Amino acid sequence: MRTPSSKNRRLLQGNEAIVEGALTAGCRFFAGYPITPASEISEMLSVRLPQVNGTFIQMEDEIASMGAVIGASLAGIKSMTATSGPGFSLLQENLGFACIAEVPCVVVDVMRGGPSTGLPTNPSQGDVMQARWGTHGDHPIIVLAVSTVLDCFDITVQAFNLSEAYRVPVIILSDEMVAHTRETVALPPVDRVEIIDRVSPSMPSEWYVPYEGNSRGVPTMAAFGEGYRHHVTGLVHDVRGFPTQRADEIQAFISRLFQKITQGFYEIQITKSFMMDDAEVAVIAYGSVARSARRAMSDAREQGIKAGLLQLITLFPFPRRSVESVLRQCRAVLVPEMNMGQISREVKRVNHFACQVEKYNRIDGELIRPDEISGKLAKL
Amino acid sequence: MTKEVTKLIHKYLRHDKKFPHVWCPGCGNGIVLGALIRAIDRLGLEKDEIVLASGIGCSGRMPVYVDFNTLHTTHGRALTFATGIKLAKPSLTVITLMGDGDATAIGGNHFIHAARRNLDLTAIIINNQIYGMTGGQHSPTTPYGCYATTATYGHIEHAFSIAELAVTAGAAFVARGTVYHARLLDELIEAGIRKPGFSVVEAMSNCHVQFGRRNQIEDPVTMMKWLRDHAVATEKARKMKPDALEDKFTIGVLADLEKPIYTDEYQKVRDRAKSLARQ
Repeated sequence: MRTPSSKNRRLLQGNEAIVEGALTAGCRFFAGYPITPASEISEMLSVRLPQVNGTFIQMEDEIASMGAVIGASLAGIKSMTATSGPGFSLLQENLGFACIAEVPCVVVDVMRGGPSTGLPTNPSQGDVMQARWGTHGDHPIIVLAVSTVLDCFDITVQAFNLSEAYRVPVIILSDEMVAHTRETVALPPVDRVEIIDRVSPSMPSEWYVPYEGNSRGVPTMAAFGEGYRHHVTGLVHDVRGFPTQRADEIQAFISRLFQKITQGFYEIQITKSFMMDDAEVAVIAYGSVARSARRAMSDAREQGIKAGLLQLITLFPFPRRSVESVLRQCRAVLVPEMNMGQISREVKRVNHFACQVEKYNRIDGELIRPDEISGKLAKL
Repeated sequence: MTKEVTKLIHKYLRHDKKFPHVWCPGCGNGIVLGALIRAIDRLGLEKDEIVLASGIGCSGRMPVYVDFNTLHTTHGRALTFATGIKLAKPSLTVITLMGDGDATAIGGNHFIHAARRNLDLTAIIINNQIYGMTGGQHSPTTPYGCYATTATYGHIEHAFSIAELAVTAGAAFVARGTVYHARLLDELIEAGIRKPGFSVVEAMSNCHVQFGRRNQIEDPVTMMKWLRDHAVATEKARKMKPDALEDKFTIGVLADLEKPIYTDEYQKVRDRAKSLARQ
């Protein structure tokens, strides 16, 4: 954790830190629709974006917000929207467009209890699988989870960087608890933050092949109006961007979409380990639950339990390597979640070892407390 | 004349790429595309400055044929993508192209809000009163009593009048033409693109394959004649009694208002935001 220097110390809530992260990353367009518990992000960006020649617009719904975000990104501007469960469901259609047309953009889902209107003011982690598979069809996507206010800043910057580097939508999963927790954080000076921008073409326009991947499988991206006239479509397309029904071209296209992410696993799959070196039992957690788990670790250690924590920042592509090494090392793993076990199922999927995987779930709109986790650990 | 047409084809169509097109022989979509190209040519706009965005359906395939910055979005959402593009780069001329189901059923909410918001966009809506590509299901503009594959026993709903809807929603410029009145359509599209603010041009068109076939008007020529006989110029309609207009529709300019443009207003927001931040 960064040591707060007095100069940069600020009292922020999670939603505010996402705003700071987005602006630092170069986000200059936001379209959104009011929804609890994400509204502060819209409100703050409506103040901040016009100050930096950016644009904020409140659209008629989340479908429209996602459309506008994609449009602005196609015109060359880094763009974002933020919502919660019901709005996240609505924007899934256009999120799929961003996947197939490879339009960089960031979507923040501040999770609240569901399904439907559910529990608008309570935290939950019920949207994990929707973040991965919410839009129809086979598609790669990157899903990151924030756990603290400082995370909200750092991971939002990372979300934009990954989105620009891989031309893929990136989803940030926050929850009501992280969003509304206020804490003092030290944000890094803007010039100390690494910012990645999409690669634009430099060749003569007649040489430009808009959907031809480079060595990493990522095509260069020309903004509308820069002289590289091309076609962008939600239909499966050939390298020139035109619709195709040729099986060989379809196969090559969808494969490249996946391969560009697979090739980047080392960079994309982010996890953090706490006290894992000599751990015999471990917790695998993410989001606000990971914060409880960190406290639970020190409590468990005091009780003489050799416990460690693997915090997942990247939920998808599922950080299999890090999880497997924990499963290999430990005799038992606990996966606490504020849902019915969406990530524990993923952990079990990759458990080819003699490790006992237990889940612990709360779906009552309450945060999982450290003592609940350490209590469960003691019984493993 | 032929030479002129050939010149336009060479200048604006991606003729070596995606032809032959997907439209049925006799379809009105080609007439609308021709009108759009002629309007753009007369306006002298650079191809790099134009973004043509469409939704889904037969009309949605139009952008792929023309050499602009082209975008084929999701069903009903063309205006939302166009909104993002225009806000990100106001110097671009952004034109959306939609069908009747696209613009007023699945995209109806976006349509009325775009009209209210008043970005400098041009929305061309091809109204053939049916879902053509999916096989002839009834749309929000299918007339009462007509037949469709989902109205086998006769349609019991009532149709939207798209242009009038746009007027009520506050669009700065609203016009209606038909694919029969081709020269008028050229002029209306040109006026729509030229007009600062949100412009709507409804182009009444024929779908003899999916609409006509089930409603005893099976060929394009009969449908064109129907358009000719039921269209009344707006100036003439003003002098006519309401019952004489009962089965007619008006063509020409329905609204032409001066309203503040969103991007101009937003620039003022930026100026206010910056001066307040300095204080």
